[in-house]
Amino acid sequence: MQSGTRLGFYLLLTPLVLWLALLIVIPHIDMFLVSLRERVGVRQYETSFANYLTFFTEPLYIWTFVRTAVMSVLATIITLLIAFPVSLYIAKIARGRLGQVLFVLCLIPFYVSELVRTFGWMILLRETGLVSNLLQWAGLADQPVEMLYNDAAIMIGLVYTSMLFMVVPLVTTLESLDDSVIEAGYDLGGNGFSVLREIIIPHAAPGIVSGSIVVFMLSLGNYLTPTILGGKDSLWFTEMIYNQFIVRFNWELGAAFGFMLLILSSLIVWGMLKLTRQSLEETMG
Amino acid sequence: MIPTIPQPRALRIVYGTYIALFFLYLALPLTVVAVFAFNDSQFPSLPWEGFTWNWFFGDSRPMIGVFHERPIIRAVGTSAFVAGIVGLLSVAVGTSNAFLFNRYNFRGKGLLYVLMLLPLVIPGIVLGISILVFSSTVANGMWDIAKMDIQALRPGLLLVILGQFSFIATIATLVISARLQKFDRSLEEAALNLGASRLTAVRTITIPFLMPAMIGALVVAFLMSFENFNTTLMLVGSDAPLTIAMFDRLKEGSTPLLNAVSLLLMLGSSLLALSLILFQRRK
Amino acid sequence: MTPDLECKGLTKRFGDFTAVDDVSFSVPAGSFFSILGPSGCGKTTIMRMIAGFQDPTSGDIEIKGKSVLNAPPNKRPVNMVFQHLALFPMMNIADNIGYGLRRKKLPKDQIARKVDEALDRIGLPGIGNRKVDELSGGQKQRVAIARCMVMEPDVLLLDEPLGALDLKLREHMKIELKALQTAFDTTFIYITHDQSEALVMSDQIAVMNEGRFEQTGTGRDLYYRPDSAFVAAFVGESNRWRGKIERVQGNEMEMRTDTGMLMRGATHGRSLSAGDSADIFVRPEAIRVTRDATELEQFDNRITGRVTSLLFNGAASRILVRDATANEEIEVNLPQSGEYASLARGDEVHIGWSGAQGNCFPVGAD
Repeated sequence: MQSGTRLGFYLLLTPLVLWLALLIVIPHIDMFLVSLRERVGVRQYETSFANYLTFFTEPLYIWTFVRTAVMSVLATIITLLIAFPVSLYIAKIARGRLGQVLFVLCLIPFYVSELVRTFGWMILLRETGLVSNLLQWAGLADQPVEMLYNDAAIMIGLVYTSMLFMVVPLVTTLESLDDSVIEAGYDLGGNGFSVLREIIIPHAAPGIVSGSIVVFMLSLGNYLTPTILGGKDSLWFTEMIYNQFIVRFNWELGAAFGFMLLILSSLIVWGMLKLTRQSLEETMG
Repeated sequence: MIPTIPQPRALRIVYGTYIALFFLYLALPLTVVAVFAFNDSQFPSLPWEGFTWNWFFGDSRPMIGVFHERPIIRAVGTSAFVAGIVGLLSVAVGTSNAFLFNRYNFRGKGLLYVLMLLPLVIPGIVLGISILVFSSTVANGMWDIAKMDIQALRPGLLLVILGQFSFIATIATLVISARLQKFDRSLEEAALNLGASRLTAVRTITIPFLMPAMIGALVVAFLMSFENFNTTLMLVGSDAPLTIAMFDRLKEGSTPLLNAVSLLLMLGSSLLALSLILFQRRK
Repeated sequence: MTPDLECKGLTKRFGDFTAVDDVSFSVPAGSFFSILGPSGCGKTTIMRMIAGFQDPTSGDIEIKGKSVLNAPPNKRPVNMVFQHLALFPMMNIADNIGYGLRRKKLPKDQIARKVDEALDRIGLPGIGNRKVDELSGGQKQRVAIARCMVMEPDVLLLDEPLGALDLKLREHMKIELKALQTAFDTTFIYITHDQSEALVMSDQIAVMNEGRFEQTGTGRDLYYRPDSAFVAAFVGESNRWRGKIERVQGNEMEMRTDTGMLMRGATHGRSLSAGDSADIFVRPEAIRVTRDATELEQFDNRITGRVTSLLFNGAASRILVRDATANEEIEVNLPQSGEYASLARGDEVHIGWSGAQGNCFPVGAD
């Protein structure tokens, strides 16, 4: 305790501890305890794994769970593939004023509510929407085409909504790569492909990891996009949680679902960090 | 790859086209939302029925504009109220955390730092239900013990504020910490050397230095709260913030009224975001 | 024999600004060629044009007699040691050195062997598995050179590679670089703003200013026989006075400085005539200092003055002497043989130098 007083230390520690304890740690423990309750009568409960058993024995639940995870991974990969060339362009080719303008243009859509963005895709993709009209006008379709309420629509929405969270970390890491390192790669006989593979991508790895983690998390936990663009039968896991809590009022099963989602996301984040030998502090902080 | 490396012309053209298409993709949904706010029709879709301001200023059925639609105006007010409180609370706690992590070494610091980052990797909906479950446990407990019914712990604005704060505080902490790390401690020592007390030194030297980051964090927190959906959805009571109110309407079927609200939202948040960027550029 | 590198009328313009203005030079095989100039003089632009990162506006670059203008940087037989070295931080040392060999699609065992040889050669055997940031500044330097040398380039370009090192290490690396150049027997093109680096290492030095080569020659030429006032001022240290020429007779001349001191000097073949405004440069080490005026009889410039400052700097110690009549300060080298150990501020001394040691240039020529 080199600087400040002991009193100052406790004054600064208190809000942090209150926040983390009351809003993060204890609620999650409580949620776990609720998920272990089995209702045996009116206001009578027993501790058991019944809710988890229900989850694992009902194919619809498992299927939705796996489907949500796979779709989220897919959304993350697609977002990365689309965002990487764009970030490289902003960080290394456009640069200067143009680079800054393009970067801000990337940011602006995401200061707008996700609801508005999703609403935009709805107007574009639905049966009476713009794309459908365009296809008919171009003679590629002879009747209105419904493009909403399928997995492709969900994917378009997820990728769109996540784009910023991939572009920002990528641009930041790519900007920190000194031009002379790229030039050295060429000077020693490298071509575009080998420089990309051996120099640029390894350098951007921290940005790729942190971007991917955030995008994956946002997709996995997304409720709005799958519900609006995927329709009632979109089978997204967050919808199941919502239904158990708000519609069926079965908090015990809902809490178990919530916990499964938490475990899945933690596992994948942990795995990604292990795979690339990075820590959460480096990636997020 | 970079401008000093010569590239074939064809490759440059393909790359440029790709970038143009990307920005088209970014702009498309927002443009469509904005344009159809002026469609003189009951539906935000083709055919185009002509230009109208009615979805903003109309005051008679069936075209009641945003500015005469009471529930929407009230929802905007609710959102602004929640966002303001979440913003202030997050910046206050974020600043405190930044000082704690930057200035003190103590046992468990690493653990607390990781815990502090966790809200970023917990799905918003899970944050929402865990707080919902816990607050209801507390409320039920209070009823069982003291027969007190604490309405504030039931779904409603307090829980919405707490739920949003629980992860926005992390972002505020990171933004403010980043700036505090760049602070040259010798400036504070110079102030002490010139006769300031420790607290005065922080107030007159360090806080002004942190101000751009604190304002930035406030704006970001405000916007994140304003547009938050997942966590809010699980904790909302009878007073719906704007995103929830719009979601309910969207489910019932959309009218260009929603486009008009969206357009105003876009203008508002872009203005706020742009002025923040300009403000930080000037610094 | 064809020179390793030849630049013909090399010019580079950025908009209205001419960074490199019609520069021509050739570098014979196996030599150490330096381009010396202040920052912004265009030397980096020349180097980047040779490496292929910038296209000349006009002119030609030939390596071993063949123009390389149409070859992209990764196909040119030149390699470059970057200013901040540009070692790849994402790879270990062995992978850094082997990078170019992998691009040549050499078999793995051959790459490993060549990398080991290169590490031996730079005196750092067995560090292949280390990370870049585990090395010291001097070690990184050597790795950056080895990374280029395994490519066996026709020409190695070095862009102020010693700039980031501290003084002691820089002195050491000067000698080492020269030794490496001899060992590898490769043509080095070295750019720097530090004259001592250029003077110590180079076979030939080109002094560059505002996009042009002022003078090309050996270090000795530049130091003792500068062609222009810029070279005289930039290379080494000098007393510099401005004045009017009073008399020119054959190789001898007389000039009166603006403060009224009369100087005798030599024209060294430059066209100077009475009435011209001119600058005269006299090196501090060309001036003899003594307490006894009779020792100076062989010099045609003799001044008596008082010591105003003692600038002790070991072997490079100097004094400032103020001329009694013109009130002008003159910087003079102080021999460290012991006889002047007791010299103090205010002491009267006599100084003198031979007129042939002065270099005189008409004003406006630089």
